[in-house]
Amino acid sequence: MAIEVRIPTILRTYTDGEKAVQGSGDTLAELFSDLDSRHSGIEARIVDEGKLRRFVNVYLNDEDVRFLDGISTKLADGDSVTILPAVAGGSV
Amino acid sequence: MLSHMLTITQALYDQIVAHAREDHPDEACGVVAGPVGEGRPERFIPMLNAARSPTFYEFDSGDLLKLYREMDDRDEEPVIVYHSHTATEAYPSRTDITYANEPGAHYVLVSTADTDGAGEFQFRSYRIVEGEVTEEEVKVVQAY
Repeated sequence: MAIEVRIPTILRTYTDGEKAVQGSGDTLAELFSDLDSRHSGIEARIVDEGKLRRFVNVYLNDEDVRFLDGISTKLADGDSVTILPAVAGGSV
Repeated sequence: MLSHMLTITQALYDQIVAHAREDHPDEACGVVAGPVGEGRPERFIPMLNAARSPTFYEFDSGDLLKLYREMDDRDEEPVIVYHSHTATEAYPSRTDITYANEPGAHYVLVSTADTDGAGEFQFRSYRIVEGEVTEEEVKVVQAY
């Protein structure tokens, strides 16, 4: 089962500069652990204690997975997953 | 390659300041995109502050996806990521540094503290790379 994963600039150090990589898994959690087997360290940048990090956005096709099932969101062959760090900050 | 200076047109500078003034007392935020690898800010893209807060900003997640898709399609990158501080100086806070995820971008901070007499107006620019903040000179030009 092939899923295309689009990688943001800040995480391309884990993918030899590749903007997109292929992965597999029935859920996002499985997909990230599959990615980590080839791109060691990437999972910890996205997942913390079994949950998606607050300031990392993950999209399944066009949908923010927070509005789906979060890290348990089910995947199907041909899906596209996009990872984008939040653009956020503040004065305190 | 890092140039330790931000060169920006007067028109873009004015658009960033106008957006910050308009959203005061909430923080305003946005991007100026430019062609990949050229470091030249060209396309002003004001973003909605989904947090609508005087002390925090965050791009709406749906808008963020659209923005990055669009930049990708146009071979652009975020040359400037800007936001305003509304009661404090235009210097990156600990929060700003923690969430700075574009090592290639100029982080522009505008302070609109002068509106309420809480400080002076400021327009400053920084590189934020792996938690290190480096302020850079801002050069305003009529055209590139």
